[in-house]
Amino acid sequence: MIRTFPLKPALLLVAALGMAACTNASRFGDDVTSSGPLDGTAGLAGSASDPASPAYFQQTVGDRVLFAVDQSTLTPQGRATLDGQAVWLLQNADYTAVIEGHADEQGTREYNLALGARRADAARAYLISQGVQSNRLQVVSYGKERPVEVCSTEACYSQNRRAVTVLAAGLTG
Amino acid sequence: MMTRVFLALVLAFAAAQAWAQGPLRIEITEGVIEPLPVAIPNLVPETAESAQMGQQISRVIAADLVGTGLFREISSDAYISQISDFAAPVQYADWKAINAQALVTGAVTVSGSNVTVKFRLHDVFSDTELGDGLQFAGTTDGWRRIAHKVADVVYSRITGETGYFDSRVVYVSETGPKDNRRKRLAIMDYDGANVQYLTGSEAIVLAPRFSANGDRVLYTSYETGFPRIYVLDVGSVQRRVLESQEGTMSFAPRFAPDGQTVVYSLSQGANTDIWAMNVGTGQSSRLTSAPSIETAPSFSPDGSQIVFESDRSGSQQLYIMPATGGEARRISFGEGRYGTPVWSPRGDLIAFTKQSKGRFHIGVMRTDGSEERLLTASFLDEGPTWSPNGRVIMFARETQGAAGRSTLYSVDITGRNLRPVRTPEGGSDPSWGPLQR
Repeated sequence: MIRTFPLKPALLLVAALGMAACTNASRFGDDVTSSGPLDGTAGLAGSASDPASPAYFQQTVGDRVLFAVDQSTLTPQGRATLDGQAVWLLQNADYTAVIEGHADEQGTREYNLALGARRADAARAYLISQGVQSNRLQVVSYGKERPVEVCSTEACYSQNRRAVTVLAAGLTG
Repeated sequence: MMTRVFLALVLAFAAAQAWAQGPLRIEITEGVIEPLPVAIPNLVPETAESAQMGQQISRVIAADLVGTGLFREISSDAYISQISDFAAPVQYADWKAINAQALVTGAVTVSGSNVTVKFRLHDVFSDTELGDGLQFAGTTDGWRRIAHKVADVVYSRITGETGYFDSRVVYVSETGPKDNRRKRLAIMDYDGANVQYLTGSEAIVLAPRFSANGDRVLYTSYETGFPRIYVLDVGSVQRRVLESQEGTMSFAPRFAPDGQTVVYSLSQGANTDIWAMNVGTGQSSRLTSAPSIETAPSFSPDGSQIVFESDRSGSQQLYIMPATGGEARRISFGEGRYGTPVWSPRGDLIAFTKQSKGRFHIGVMRTDGSEERLLTASFLDEGPTWSPNGRVIMFARETQGAAGRSTLYSVDITGRNLRPVRTPEGGSDPSWGPLQR
């Protein structure tokens, strides 16, 4: 590729480019499986009138607790909700749960992931303190990636700063 | 009409004299920059089939230079002489007359799937060439890289800085509303061209980070349902999980300059700390052990130190510690919260995201925390990344409300030349790779 370039008056330096164009086709995650926890609003089993149903847990007991700005301390209302969750989980021992921690969009991505972890852990620790077995409760933080409300005001932010207890069937192992 | 043209010419000459007093040179550090007028006639086609390629390459060279905010292109309508023979002497008087400070002449030959470009950079008011003529050869499908290479040489000779046009950016491509956003990894040329998708959007992917030589990308994916760190080989697009301790979450990875060590955040229960892992052996060690949030680590270019964010003082602030862990010193003291620090490739500055009074800013400060400068302000700016030469910062700007969308932007480290980077979909979390060889 390198050739001299005999033009006058000025010397022409010659450079060759390793122009190996990237020809790899994009791969749309051909071996990706989406096996995350059930979404808090999807996959509800049973009727809300059945106290042993996940629908009852979500709608009547309350599946989520909310937090103040940049806080992971449980509010009195949040503790009351978790008291109900603990009672339900103790009565329905076949269920496990993933507690999802979330943040509003007013924060950087990494910090909000860590903040969501704090919130989810606060809920988990409280449920354990109320007698729920720790091996039934996992946590995951979504940071600001999964808002439920999309406006950019406190009315929405207050709903997005949350820890949601998402039920999964079956205690394995 | 004549009067207006005449006036314009007079003004042009006045400006020309201001430029012509010294050698052709832009000092980027100067406070106010008047863009330098440059003429970039289309490359002379040496075969009939080369004409379109010559035009395309010349337009990309011009877009690169003008895109810096340091150059202004003179319209070809103003040309007095045309460059129709690359070997013929340049009539400098004709280019002085239209106040072209710099002139790029060149020729292109397309032969099958090969393209060859030769060019010269002229310092018009010195009646001479600036540097030697150069020739680049490559394949036709890589023609944009040849254009970027030419522009890098022009930029470098006039500013004295290394160029950054022949570089790529890995980022998160986004579609959909805020409550149903789909994210997938993408890689593109620095100017938004040649986008390729590296993952699907089945699972959330976050914050890809190039290795120093651009061969690999670290990122965070939720494909197991929990955030985990993956490393992806850019050439083969093969990936593997790096960190998967049961019951933990890992995110915010970044390579050390040597490409062997990765620093990242690991959340265990309520606590998030910074860890380091050897990519080869998989052995990890903990670098911080406070009960507070420690995240967003970034190495100094010599690999000896790490800047990171922590809320150990009660709010997010920036700290620097040795790369092996140990005592950290706080460097941010201004009003507001500081996050996502990124050490510049030159080592002299740290870029960051700042939240203050309900606004977000991208800013830079010296490594001792002094001389803080905020470069942008908006509803939500975050996630700065440095151009390979440390002169430009790319970041993401999200707009507010239900229709909010995330777009990549770039800004000069002086705060000038804020401009969107055109991508096919929305974009976030950019990571600017090295200058390609």
